[in-house]
Amino acid sequence: MTSERYLMVFPELCTGCRECEIACSLKHDGVVGYQKSRIRIIRDVFEGMEIPVVCMQCIDAPCMNSCRVEAIYVDERGAKIIDYERCIGCRRCIVVCPLGANFLNPETGKPIKCDLCGGDPVCAEFCSTGAIRYLSPEEINSEELRLASRNYIKALIEREM
Amino acid sequence: MVLNRKLGIIDLGKNRVLVREIPVELRKKHLGGRGLNWYYLYNSIRPDVDPYSPENVLAIGAGLLTGFPALGAGRTQISTKNPMTGGVGDSNMGGAFGPQLRLAGFDHLLIVGRAEKPSYILVRDGGIEIRSAEHLWGLDTHTAQKVLREETGDDRAESMVIGRAGENLVSFANVMNGIKNAGGRSGTGAVMGSKNLKAIVASGDIDLVVHDPEKLLDYALEVDRRARNTKWAKTLGRLGTPLLYDVSYTTGFIGTLNWQYNTPGEDGKPLEAENLEKYSVKMVACIGCSVHCRHRVKIREGRYRGVVTEGPEYAAIGAFGTGVGVYDWEFVIKCNEMANKWGIDLISLGTTVAWAFELFQRGYITENDTGGLRLEWGDENAVLELAKMIVERKNVGNVLADGMLKASEKFGKDSLYYANQTKGHPNLLTDERGIPSFALGIATSTRGADHLRSRPGIDLFQLPEETLERIYGHRIVSDFTAYETKGIMVWWHELLYNVVDSLGICKFQTVFNSANSPRFEDYVPLIEFAAGIRMTKEDLMEIGERNYTIERMFNVLNGFSRKDDYPPERYFREETKRGLPFMKGRKLDREKYDMMLEEYYRQHGWDENGVPKRETLERLGISEPDYSILEVL
Repeated sequence: MTSERYLMVFPELCTGCRECEIACSLKHDGVVGYQKSRIRIIRDVFEGMEIPVVCMQCIDAPCMNSCRVEAIYVDERGAKIIDYERCIGCRRCIVVCPLGANFLNPETGKPIKCDLCGGDPVCAEFCSTGAIRYLSPEEINSEELRLASRNYIKALIEREM
Repeated sequence: MVLNRKLGIIDLGKNRVLVREIPVELRKKHLGGRGLNWYYLYNSIRPDVDPYSPENVLAIGAGLLTGFPALGAGRTQISTKNPMTGGVGDSNMGGAFGPQLRLAGFDHLLIVGRAEKPSYILVRDGGIEIRSAEHLWGLDTHTAQKVLREETGDDRAESMVIGRAGENLVSFANVMNGIKNAGGRSGTGAVMGSKNLKAIVASGDIDLVVHDPEKLLDYALEVDRRARNTKWAKTLGRLGTPLLYDVSYTTGFIGTLNWQYNTPGEDGKPLEAENLEKYSVKMVACIGCSVHCRHRVKIREGRYRGVVTEGPEYAAIGAFGTGVGVYDWEFVIKCNEMANKWGIDLISLGTTVAWAFELFQRGYITENDTGGLRLEWGDENAVLELAKMIVERKNVGNVLADGMLKASEKFGKDSLYYANQTKGHPNLLTDERGIPSFALGIATSTRGADHLRSRPGIDLFQLPEETLERIYGHRIVSDFTAYETKGIMVWWHELLYNVVDSLGICKFQTVFNSANSPRFEDYVPLIEFAAGIRMTKEDLMEIGERNYTIERMFNVLNGFSRKDDYPPERYFREETKRGLPFMKGRKLDREKYDMMLEEYYRQHGWDENGVPKRETLERLGISEPDYSILEVL
């Protein structure tokens, strides 16, 4: 099943404020605490780096495919959801995620990942610059995406220079 | 729980650490951050304590709302006895340290004593450890932080560190976190240096459990959007604080050639905010801030090729631009980078350097004092070299490093006339002669000349009096050149900024330069949903008053009074020479100033000598200091 809308990330617009992270852990667990966040900002001001990492809800999702107990299912929005009744905590989904966007909840020993907040992702709501957006296919502007990737890679190369 | 973060008491001399609860009653009286810091310091630093002695106490505090996703709530307060004034020393820092301190389990740290050898404090997972920092001594603030992050093995660890300036006890050394978050004013870095304390590191992730997360999220989003959507915040998010320069130099309220002028006029054009754009890589933010007011800048070619830093802010344009007669963004960026790496307050540095240049112009300082360096206006090399001399305490730099009061004793008493300071604390590079409310604010500031204690930026907008009355709850005269009612305006902002500092949110997202920004009443739901404490707007104003009066009492106990509440003498004697008609030919009127000052005292419930009255102290529940806080050690 494909999604009606996609959570898109534009790192070159990320200011590193972490409001998305904090809002995420508040929404899901009622706490401020980054190990409870389903979205993480890799931030290093000395390297000039702000990169949001979050599940892209792959269509052919490695986490779902590799789950031996079929604890990950797709909801009507295309979100890959963990069924904790079934999850045995093998953490394979964390290992196989190509984006590193499945995280470990150290309290339960089980994985956590983005569930798109049931269709209203709180991270995108709090993002003031549009670095995280929840977009319908019509709203996705391929030219903007191309420029975003270009600028981002340019910034990466420049940092090495 | 939000209210279960601890107080850590650390004696570096005895190598002893104690962890204590913070009673909810104290929260209700002082909130956190700046307010609680000063409750603790008022009750622990005796008046005869020298700022550099082991008995001086350094307080670190996270605000009650630090770490939440709204209103730039990433702030940390650093407070101590000020080595430049001998009174309140206090600075508020953005960045990421405060939120990380809370996740490490603590809201406040009190540090006393002097370590035998260079040390750092590691706050991790609810515990505190004192460690050797011998390998870090001498490192610039950036390198030290990188080493510390590696050492803790936690890429989320945040440090506040001192650089060379703090190690050398330069009285206006600061504390740094990240590239440019500075606990800038008041010489807090020098006090750290005097304790042989190179750094404080916070690491850990203990959940902050919130009273009503659902309501908090809804309300935080609403109030955050309100703050970020003001015209002020939108422009700030694009241009940063340099946007203020364009107004101040075109009209005429930026200190120029050490306040001999109030604007460089056309010469200053190259420093306009838009000209910084070409160096800007992107805008970055402190934790919990959606305004993102700082540039990450890079110089790609020329003599400063490869310089990467954050900022510069409005104050840096004054410090390394108009103050010394250099009008070149690349030079400002370079100096900004150096000051951050040295760990020195660039406002105080700039004002001190500008003062030295004028003293050279007038013959108080000669080439004999500078090792042959000629302090000529507009000479970039002379500015940087003198700055280095101060940081390394070489030649005349060794004198200037002790602050304006002590230095003026060496240069001759009347040299102090040319120093833009109050209480011995250098002002930032604005010229307040044409704006009485601003002048009163820098003069009454508890930490000495400074704009962030009370500056009513919206005074300049000359808003309709109905609007002003709605904000201030009092009739306020619209004309910014007036003296009448401005004492009340300054009083209101002192309370507001105290509450903001005690909550850990950012002044740029309150009524500072935008009348539409959130204020007291808008914090009430945040406090309730986050911490479960119900308060009213009036409660918050009273807390601001209590906290501010405690700081005032600390100064009174250290010998301050009305005589210390005046702006620089120059503002009364010399007229501004340049600018638009409403800024040109302006100076302060002493008689009117005195009336404004007395109105301000009355509003505070202080006597005509500026001492809080007994009934005021009783009403606010402020008792004599009992110096009991550290007795547990």
